[in-house]
Amino acid sequence: MKTPLALAITAAAMNVTSALAQEPKSGGVIDTIIQPEPPGLVLGMIQNAPTRTVAGNIYEGLMRYTTDLEPMPQLAKEWEVSDDGRTWTFHLREDVTWHDGEAFNAEDVVFSADVFHRDLNPSARAVLQHIESIEAIDDYTVEFTLAEPFGPFPLSFEAGTFTMVPEHIYAGTDFRNNEANNHPIGTGPFKFDEWDRGTVIKLVKNEDYYEEGLPYLDGINWHIIPDGASRAIAYENGTVDVLPYGTVENFDIPRLTEMDNTCVTEQGHEYFSPFAMLWMNNREGPTADKRFRQAVMYAMDREFARDVLWNGLGKVPLGAFGSNAKFQKEDLEPYDHDPEKARELLDEMGYDGEEVRLLPLPYGETWTRWAEAVQQNLREVGIEVTTEATDVGGWNQRLGDWDFDLAFTYLYQYGDPALGISRTYLSTNIEKGSPWNNVEGYQNEKVDELFNEAATAYPEEEREALYHEVQEILQEDVPVGWLLELGFPTIYRCDVKNLVTSGVGVNDSFKDTWLDR
Amino acid sequence: MLYARLIASRLFKAVIVLFMIIILNFFLIQLAPGDPAAILAGEAGATDEAFLRQLRERFGLDQPLYVQLWRYVSGVATLDFGYSYRQQMPVLDLILARLPATLLLTGTAFVLSLVLGIVAGSLAAARVKKPSGSLIMALALLFYATPLFWVALMSVVVFSVYLDWLPAYGLYTVGAGHTGLALVLDVGKHLILPATTLALFFMAIYTRMTRASMLEASQQDFVKTARAKGLKNSVIQRRHILRNALLPIITLAGLQAGQMVGGAILTETVFAWPGIGRLMFEALQQRDYNLLLGIFFFSAALVIVFNIITDLVYRLADPRIKEGS
Repeated sequence: MKTPLALAITAAAMNVTSALAQEPKSGGVIDTIIQPEPPGLVLGMIQNAPTRTVAGNIYEGLMRYTTDLEPMPQLAKEWEVSDDGRTWTFHLREDVTWHDGEAFNAEDVVFSADVFHRDLNPSARAVLQHIESIEAIDDYTVEFTLAEPFGPFPLSFEAGTFTMVPEHIYAGTDFRNNEANNHPIGTGPFKFDEWDRGTVIKLVKNEDYYEEGLPYLDGINWHIIPDGASRAIAYENGTVDVLPYGTVENFDIPRLTEMDNTCVTEQGHEYFSPFAMLWMNNREGPTADKRFRQAVMYAMDREFARDVLWNGLGKVPLGAFGSNAKFQKEDLEPYDHDPEKARELLDEMGYDGEEVRLLPLPYGETWTRWAEAVQQNLREVGIEVTTEATDVGGWNQRLGDWDFDLAFTYLYQYGDPALGISRTYLSTNIEKGSPWNNVEGYQNEKVDELFNEAATAYPEEEREALYHEVQEILQEDVPVGWLLELGFPTIYRCDVKNLVTSGVGVNDSFKDTWLDR
Repeated sequence: MLYARLIASRLFKAVIVLFMIIILNFFLIQLAPGDPAAILAGEAGATDEAFLRQLRERFGLDQPLYVQLWRYVSGVATLDFGYSYRQQMPVLDLILARLPATLLLTGTAFVLSLVLGIVAGSLAAARVKKPSGSLIMALALLFYATPLFWVALMSVVVFSVYLDWLPAYGLYTVGAGHTGLALVLDVGKHLILPATTLALFFMAIYTRMTRASMLEASQQDFVKTARAKGLKNSVIQRRHILRNALLPIITLAGLQAGQMVGGAILTETVFAWPGIGRLMFEALQQRDYNLLLGIFFFSAALVIVFNIITDLVYRLADPRIKEGS
């Protein structure tokens, strides 16, 4: 079913094509929203979503990524890979300066990746463990030597992983208490101007930006508005022109997208591809039985959730690998909505009506309603469910302590199974205290082996074969429920052009964005 | 002299009360599930053991509870309220930065509700059996019963979205670059909706209370005496009845004033007003213990200060109240 909003997005995609033909205009300040207020703006030190969104304009990485997740040059103008896939040589642009006027060079790259991120950034550490050495060959050439080929390496230069920070400011200091943290210095198209806490974060154009003629905008104002309804009003009354993902509740979206001069795009989340899942406790209770977990998959009406709760945006996933992730196997046996089959499976295992506890995700109305929908689906096949609402702190604690039967979550896939998918299923990733690892407690040696081999197999074809095999196993075992590949709409005035130009979307910079006014 | 002794003894008690509040709050917060490091890690969407350990060490959360308590109490004694985990700034700086906005909002609402409430209540008392008196009371009941967030959202829909008279949210127009008088006017415009929203509820209470205690006072013998003396009705209303009806209103005003720091969470959230209430709500959700304790401390201190002020005002309004009585 195509809902009106899904149709509007198709129409907007056509608009984008025609916009490319127009000559961009310079000037103007864009007003948008950041939600929630970020704790700070130094990427690497802080990795959370709002920090990435704002600071993606201030900082840059060596590469950017297309919506198909192909690398594009950024601070590195070109790069080569050795035949064995172990040595990556990056040639840097020679005309780049930091916002304080110092030149950007290979020392900055080595410091950022090898020292700064190693100390502060868990995402970077996950990649660094595969790296043997990082060396500056000359002022503008850097060589990364990997211990063995690591498939997702070329995807590691997204702003949240190896973003470039200035060596001359941070080297030898206590990073977290550095004065410069209040006035972040990057190489990006926009410079930090002012942060009036609780009100606005202002960025201004970097007049010395190395890409000729960019950016087009004179500045960006990130308004901070804590209430969802007020954020919707800020768009309605014209105060802001862009509503990034997640800034308004889903039920407000159809009303806003019907306004004049309003466009919507689902693009720009290809890298993250947020994937909604249902944790199912593999350790104890009815959910420990594979047949019960399969029954849950058959019982849930995931199309309904997408069409009604998510305005028709997103995709119902086939299995553990999302459609934006590499190596998805497309001929798996799907779990269609089939309550009859669910009942049969429950009968077969002899389910005695033991009550299961369901934890909704405390991220707003949509998730609460979704939990209610799933509760109803499960009751239809005879599963007794109670929902237990918590706030974010409580939810973290319950999942970290494995104190749940079923629980909603969503995780980023980061473009490669070795970064975003294997972490959910590897038994080595079972550890109390975190809601982001193998929380469900799934243990399968074969799966561990396949995932580990695939991460470092070379070339790509070999990885593909291994990942296809692992998907067959997961499809049968259903360690977690696969709910929806979320479609996060970005709502904006149609005269804001080139808003989303890469697979990192609104977390990338607004350097190509211009106002047709 | 009497006042000085009164204030001194009250201040002494206040210090003890504050100390107990700090201890109580500290343990209360420990009861909430979840810890700040896990929440920060959760927001980042990626974490490893090293990251959590770094955070816990940095915040001192790896220490036993009594060490944490001792560190906190000895910090507060030197006016060091610690460091906010999430906002990465000293708690005192954060609170002081947000305090002016909150005091502007709650102070305006306080004056507005008190003045309008007493005026409306007196009018209603004077017109007790007339339709105009009943109308005032009906409105007061309506404002009293309507949830604050609904009033807030509806006033935005009407005055900002449909009529476009007033800004919907914020403290000032972002990007307008106003200075001087223009800035004052701009902030004033932004203040109207949130302050009115916040004032309506208390105004309703003051109206009802003023009317009730004035009606009660008007039955007293001294009012009959005043009438027998042939004083004008307006003079009797103002000088004999209202003044005697003021005590319960002062009590209530003292309570409202005490809530000025933390009492506007909803209004501040809906109107994106950069004040303490919002800061507190966010700190609670993020288990930002130090920040939360700091705000609790300031709120508690303010309640105590206003209790003392209320006591003093009692004596001004009614000289019969003496020390020790």
